Amino acid sequence: MKAHRRNKLIAIIGGLLLLSGAVALILYALSSNINHFYPPTEVSQGKAPLNKTIRVGGLVAYNSVKRAADGLDVEFTVTDNQNSLRVQYHGILPDLFKEGQGVIAEGQLVSKTEFVASKVLAKHDEKYMPPEVEQSLEKYGHPGKKQSTDY
Amino acid sequence: MIPELGNFLLIMAFINAIFLGVLSFIGAHYQHKGLMQFSKRASVSIFVLILASFVCLTISFINNDFSVAYVANHSNTQLPIHYRISAVWGAHEGSLLLWVLILTGWMAAVAIFSKSLPKPLITRVLGVMGFIAIGFIAFTLFTSNPFERVLPFIPIDGSDLNPLLQDFGLIVHPPMLYMGYVGFSVVFAFAIAGLLQGDLDHHWARWSRPWTTVAWIFMSLGIALGSWWAYYELGWGGWWFWDPVENASFMPWLAGTALIHSLAATEKRGVFKSWTVLLAILTFSLSLLGTFLVRSGVLTSVHSFANDPVRGRFILVFLGIVVGASLLIYAIQSSKIRSKANFGLFSRETALLFNNALLAVVTFMVLLGTLHPLIQEAFTGDKSSVGPPYFNLMFSIFMIPILILMPIGQQINWKQESMKPMLTKYWLWAISSIIIALAVVIIMGGIEPMAFVGTTLGLWVLAGCAKYVLAQASKSTSFAVGVKKISRSYWGMLVAHLGVAVTVLGVVLTSYYSIEENIKIHQGETVQVEALDVEFYDFKNTEGPNYISSAGSFRIYSEGELITDLHPEKRKYNASKMVMTEADIDAGLFRDIYVVMGEPLDDGAWAISVYYKPFVRWIWLGSIFMALGGLLAVSDKRYRQRRRERKQAKSETTSVEEGQGE
Repeated sequence: MKAHRRNKLIAIIGGLLLLSGAVALILYALSSNINHFYPPTEVSQGKAPLNKTIRVGGLVAYNSVKRAADGLDVEFTVTDNQNSLRVQYHGILPDLFKEGQGVIAEGQLVSKTEFVASKVLAKHDEKYMPPEVEQSLEKYGHPGKKQSTDY
Repeated sequence: MIPELGNFLLIMAFINAIFLGVLSFIGAHYQHKGLMQFSKRASVSIFVLILASFVCLTISFINNDFSVAYVANHSNTQLPIHYRISAVWGAHEGSLLLWVLILTGWMAAVAIFSKSLPKPLITRVLGVMGFIAIGFIAFTLFTSNPFERVLPFIPIDGSDLNPLLQDFGLIVHPPMLYMGYVGFSVVFAFAIAGLLQGDLDHHWARWSRPWTTVAWIFMSLGIALGSWWAYYELGWGGWWFWDPVENASFMPWLAGTALIHSLAATEKRGVFKSWTVLLAILTFSLSLLGTFLVRSGVLTSVHSFANDPVRGRFILVFLGIVVGASLLIYAIQSSKIRSKANFGLFSRETALLFNNALLAVVTFMVLLGTLHPLIQEAFTGDKSSVGPPYFNLMFSIFMIPILILMPIGQQINWKQESMKPMLTKYWLWAISSIIIALAVVIIMGGIEPMAFVGTTLGLWVLAGCAKYVLAQASKSTSFAVGVKKISRSYWGMLVAHLGVAVTVLGVVLTSYYSIEENIKIHQGETVQVEALDVEFYDFKNTEGPNYISSAGSFRIYSEGELITDLHPEKRKYNASKMVMTEADIDAGLFRDIYVVMGEPLDDGAWAISVYYKPFVRWIWLGSIFMALGGLLAVSDKRYRQRRRERKQAKSETTSVEEGQGE
């Protein structure tokens, strides 16, 4: 019986140690992998860090999308109707990427006014507006029309 | 008329569910025969009512009844008939009705296939499921009624089904996934009923096991189908994005996987009882949490469902009630649960304990990463997201011990095993896994440390399955006799673990050795992408049933030899004016070649993406094996034998046969 009890105790303590180690590891990894979201106004106010992976988003400004003549480099402007930010991207934009559409770009600020995106997200559905973008429009731009509820 | 009928049937089902929920518990408490009989009948009739209601909605879609708002918003006269039918579950309201249909289907199945169970227990189980049904039918009726009319201005034509969903993947993916999500409600109901009754013996685990496994099979297939659909339909060449909605389905799957394993220990050895019960509650709670995340739109996700705060609140309150109530019942009653057997430090029980601890940690890891943006926003108001690097890194780290332990865990005996002689048998297998993995990664194009580790572990699990069969065979006079002695449930375990190995190999090799390139190409031009030559030889605009398509034609050569001819398209759908990419894929067991039309550039050239994805099919092939393993396990003869015995016994008390096949 005693040996059993001791075994059990070892198992429980070992298990708890491993579990707490695992949880500590998870929390550490989490804290270094959070991508904050900044609307263009906050970027221009200098609230966003440089050279760190973040997300920016807003509406794609009309007549702002410019493709490089000889390649896949593309530039566009996202705006929250108060301030705007120039975004550079290399690659193919998603199907639902359109001027006037809400998008989120993930990448890094290389200077206060230049953002290099590694990923551009536009949604499955043309009526859908990312909640971040919707709220930043409400906060900084004119109060955006509430989205319809049929999706 | 038909939509009104559907609505009426739904209301009838709702009233029935209330009766079922309330009367079951009264009936079970007083052991009233009539009421207990009623709960079985009511379960079946609720299912029939919901089925009829579902058929009504389907008829409205087939008939293009645009006076129904839901039909008008998600269908169109140009939409082909099979998509008009699958459009029934193409958006929130209808998919919720499908959800309810499947829930009541499980309920009816429990009522029909549980003749061997004690009446009061099964009545309580149905009562718990009845309460869940009340919640979901109320949700449908009061916040998301698919039968609502748009009167008096009926649209002439509908605004079409989202083109992304006009696809075979959508026809099958949601029903499969819901079968899994909702299927976990059965084991949950068993757990709650057992707790309420105050006696959770090992029969509880035995009865719950096949139901859990079946739900898990559907869930595995559902997730794999979703991943496969995203792969070929979204045109990103990816197959898993750690999107909140994907995580929403992955968490109950992980918890369900843990549950299957702990149920095994509880059934065979009577250990971990209270943990298993808690896990059953948590698994279904995670299903409900997933529903909340998907339906409320609180998280930024590529799956854009309802963005309606009322719906979110409803589900959140329902989630709170279910989780709160079941944890309360657990807290009060769990002290009555007694786990028995002692076990040694090196035993199958310990192996299963590790399995459960690791899977629980992985589930927690995914949960935390998924909910972190919500928590952060609630406390600081900041918007944030957690990127794939977190999930990829953490998931890999925790998978390593799981995979190392898997072959050993499936081999060791219950209770006690001596460690040394057992481990020495594995040296050769481990070393050969390492050597073969080294060869594989060198052939694939270079030694990446993580790719090497992953490949080794995948092969190690494969080796473990082979070793198990050989070890069993060596116990008998001849190989064939020995293999025949392995029971179906053990074959199930082996095949499922084999599936894990196949999926791991697929994931690792695709992740590290894929080639992905975006190129600019003119018609008539040939561009080199690593070892492939891509020739853009033709371009056509054609017309489909409800879209206009721009299709490019590409020949792919390797070392001057033609491998494949691909025709990716860019479609513009007439009704919604949405543009949709249709990738073309040359699929193979060892590699996929995948071409996507990007966008037309100013000078007449096109931007296209070319992907070379080695072993990508193995990811889904592995899930098929896992599902097959589950199927083998439920078809084990001890379940059928029980049915035979039941016929012989013809008594209402349960007959329990001795555990066999160990």
